[in-house]
Amino acid sequence: MYPPAFEYWSPKSLDEALSKLQELGHDGRVLAGGQSLIPMMKLRLAAPANLVDINNLTDLAYVRADNGHLAIGALARHADVVDNDHVKTISPTMASAAPWVADPLVRNRGTVAGSIAHCDPEGDWNSVMLAVGASVVATSTSGQRVIPIGDFVVDFFTNSLAEGEMVTEIQIPRPTGSAGGAYLKLERKIGDYATAAVATFLDLATDGTVSNAGIALTAVASKNLKVTEAEQMLIGQTPSPELFAEAAAVAAAACDPESDVRGPAEYKRAVINAYTKRGLAKALAQAQGGAS
Amino acid sequence: MKVTVTINGTAQSADIESRKLLVDFIRTELGMTGTHIGCDTTSCGACTVLLDGTPIKSCTMFAVSADGHEVQTVEGLKNGELHPLQVSFKENHGLQCGFCTPGMMLVGKALLEKNTSPTDDEVRWAISGNLCRCTGYTNIVKSIQAAGAAIEGN
Repeated sequence: MYPPAFEYWSPKSLDEALSKLQELGHDGRVLAGGQSLIPMMKLRLAAPANLVDINNLTDLAYVRADNGHLAIGALARHADVVDNDHVKTISPTMASAAPWVADPLVRNRGTVAGSIAHCDPEGDWNSVMLAVGASVVATSTSGQRVIPIGDFVVDFFTNSLAEGEMVTEIQIPRPTGSAGGAYLKLERKIGDYATAAVATFLDLATDGTVSNAGIALTAVASKNLKVTEAEQMLIGQTPSPELFAEAAAVAAAACDPESDVRGPAEYKRAVINAYTKRGLAKALAQAQGGAS
Repeated sequence: MKVTVTINGTAQSADIESRKLLVDFIRTELGMTGTHIGCDTTSCGACTVLLDGTPIKSCTMFAVSADGHEVQTVEGLKNGELHPLQVSFKENHGLQCGFCTPGMMLVGKALLEKNTSPTDDEVRWAISGNLCRCTGYTNIVKSIQAAGAAIEGN
């Protein structure tokens, strides 16, 4: 299958890439790993007139522990965050999700930031990012802005980048206390999209109560869904199986799955309920075990 | 666009359309048909090549993006004599129809470079992006492990 023809640009520096994106405006699109964009082009679901390939911007291929947050550069591949010590230390939810994104070959090429920018509601990373309260750094020739992930993920394949902007970094805040997290994904086979998946995150205060909580859902709405109501039920409380069951029921009620080849809507809702409960229990066990 | 890609150690230059996929560049421009096209939708891994030593799906990369990089295909395995992976796939019946075999061997090569004695689980995890519809995978796992043992023994 041949994608539609396009003009190809291969900048050697970030400045060059940003100038090109500024010049192209709406007609320019960033090519990072291409593991979603190229298949969509082959199926003629996307037909960008220009691709700005950022694979030469190797300075952006970092996974770093900065003050206050974990920083993932625009060119860090999915494989770079699998079994990564910084990721394991700062974001247990992300560490849990990393091995379950696509398959090993796709993980070698696809990028974390690209997947986040793609905003496919069946993508794994945006649920993780919503659960842990990540931010997206968007850069253009006129400067930089830091966009909270909740404002970045607008809807079905839609992010809030302006023309001429590209994602240069993802920032995941360090937990303040003892934290745990999980990403539970039901998939028919490795490499398939999730039938349904749940990202959970718990940060515990010294008295054992929940100081921060995150719950976000994959493949059960028109975008990755942060369940704020369920999170609020947990914050300030002493965690318990009963509390988790109540939060899980809220998450299951909040989602809006569609019946398709991966299962009927009712089934997916039941999976969300079970996985939210299970994910919160895993996050709690990890947080109480002292792993943060 | 003019690109130069080092394929199996030899620099290959060509003037190609930007939309040409790496797998088509390898198969049609260079006439090296060992790299297969299976699903053409990033699912099956029949088109696996090593890009700077790392296995990727060549149906999901533009050839222009490979400019200045090194690509290894199945044709690059044999160096005078068969590579230990080729010997072990043959000896352990690691293939039936052979369609997935180039991809399986290249993923195996990347794995064995990190670890010459992988467990069953480690091999199965490594090849989880490559589909085989004949063998049931058992003999592929055995073949990769046997090649690892052979490499270690040398």
